Amino acid sequence: MSEILTKSRARNIFYGGSLFFVVVFVAMTIHSHRYVVNVSTAGMPLSPEVILGKHVWERHSCINCHTLHGEGAYFAPELGNVMTRWGVMDDPETAFETLDGWMAAQPSGIEGRRQMPLFKITPEEMRALAEFLRWADQTDTQGWPPTDAG
Amino acid sequence: MKYQTQKVAYAYFLVAMGLFGIQVLGGLLAGWVYISPNTLSEVLPFNIIRMIHTNALIVWLLLGFFGAAYFLIPEESEREIWSVKLAYLQLIILVVGTLGAVGSYLVGIHGGREFLEQPLWVKFGILVAAVIFLLNISVTVLAGRKTAITGVLLTGLWLLSLLWIFAFINPDNLSLDKMYWWFVVHLWVEGTWELVMAAILAFLMLKLTGVDREVVEKWLYVIVATALFSGILGTGHHFYWIGLPEYWQWTGSIFSAFEVVPFFAMMSFAFIMVWKGRRTHPNKAALLWALGSAVVAFFGAGVWGFLHTFHGVNFYTHGTQITAAHGHLAFYGAYVAMNLAIITYAMPLLRGRAPYNQVLNMVSFWLMTGGMAFMTFVLTFAGTIQTHMQRIVGDYYMDVQDQLGLFYVMRFGAGIAVVLGAILFIYSQVVVRREVITPNTMPEPVGEAS
Repeated sequence: MSEILTKSRARNIFYGGSLFFVVVFVAMTIHSHRYVVNVSTAGMPLSPEVILGKHVWERHSCINCHTLHGEGAYFAPELGNVMTRWGVMDDPETAFETLDGWMAAQPSGIEGRRQMPLFKITPEEMRALAEFLRWADQTDTQGWPPTDAG
Repeated sequence: MKYQTQKVAYAYFLVAMGLFGIQVLGGLLAGWVYISPNTLSEVLPFNIIRMIHTNALIVWLLLGFFGAAYFLIPEESEREIWSVKLAYLQLIILVVGTLGAVGSYLVGIHGGREFLEQPLWVKFGILVAAVIFLLNISVTVLAGRKTAITGVLLTGLWLLSLLWIFAFINPDNLSLDKMYWWFVVHLWVEGTWELVMAAILAFLMLKLTGVDREVVEKWLYVIVATALFSGILGTGHHFYWIGLPEYWQWTGSIFSAFEVVPFFAMMSFAFIMVWKGRRTHPNKAALLWALGSAVVAFFGAGVWGFLHTFHGVNFYTHGTQITAAHGHLAFYGAYVAMNLAIITYAMPLLRGRAPYNQVLNMVSFWLMTGGMAFMTFVLTFAGTIQTHMQRIVGDYYMDVQDQLGLFYVMRFGAGIAVVLGAILFIYSQVVVRREVITPNTMPEPVGEAS
């Protein structure tokens, strides 16, 4: 190895090869960006309400207990398909009411059960959060999760 | 310590170890909440505890990297750090930012992207600190001797700082948000951080084994080449199920399968250098940490990553305790242990003493490594059961979790061992002043090898 692969050759392979893979990666992510906007999330408009819902989701750091499309903490259930699991995916009004009822009942206080805090969320924000979760649910995630349990 | 300005590293390592303590205590508390979920549930909910656990980890590892750079660059470049004042200013900014972030979290002010929850002003503080650091280090390196170690280290630190830009980019579209989020998270830990890790490992091998620089540096280039060739397109293994095109399933599976290669190479490199080396360095604990880091990184990042990286497997295991098992051992082996290796090597030199605390330090290695290994095993079993029940049978999440209680108790036990190990490590570095067990003064037997 020592005769063929000198230190300077190894260095050139490292820098040249890495640059090549960066270029390929950037090209693929540009394509992916367009695919997300035009195909996989195009089933429902990205309305101001959905965007507000995303901000509500972020402000309360839901991701540090729940997963969303499988990413996040593993302390509480997956929420990327929660609207399907509740059977309210096609009914925004019931989706809001179900979510609102669930959130108002927290924390359960039951001994030995994982506790979800009570969040201060206005009715308008709660509607937005429900719409955000419906929007996430309609995303084409290549068939994931395998079961409705998430 | 050959250069006076290396002393800067001492302050960085002290702060890093302090945050390390906070990180493992936060982890222990989070592990306890799994067993006794009503603990502090109204005062300090799980999401805040976890935020402190992960953020403290990331910041202390970065502080360790910065400290390592300030320690090894003068020796490599053969000159003093360009500006000591800037180096301390950078540290002050980072400490204020960290305390500010933790304070904000405790009163409920935080962002909502995992690991990037820092308030905007803290994110800017980190950016400013990174710019100061890059300026300081780059000027020092450019003025002095250029080696492969400083070249790779600087490349890694420049790229990871540039990727931090994506911490500020949060698209309204959730799938785009996730895609760019991985530009920071994956391209840090499975890309640029590997460059930093490999550079520190190469430096330690050079110092501890006495093998020729030519050999060490050629290995270094081969290792980092395999890291980036596999790791860049390997990002695809995070793109399977978040709304991105199907081609990532094949791209991610094929390239990320090769992500085991750089870790295998680092492990082989470390052992071959030790076998070839003629030098018997007195700092045995640093050697133990360096070798241990390479081995545990191979298992935690390499093998445990490989376990669920193919899209056919990941379809079922994605976002289960399998992920948690892999994450814990990978971070510990690759980045925690490598940081503790350079700290172990540098601290006696920075404090102007012989390596006096080796026995306690080595005990802490086995406590922490044993604890992390056990934690990984029990979480892997928990994840296997969870995958079957939830992803194949279709049982509900909480019903499945109720079946995993025993594993979470065992995980907590493992966590206690890790915390004790961490406390012992910090104690051995900061408090102990002389050798606990007197070493054998008999000369080593000669001639057996020849």
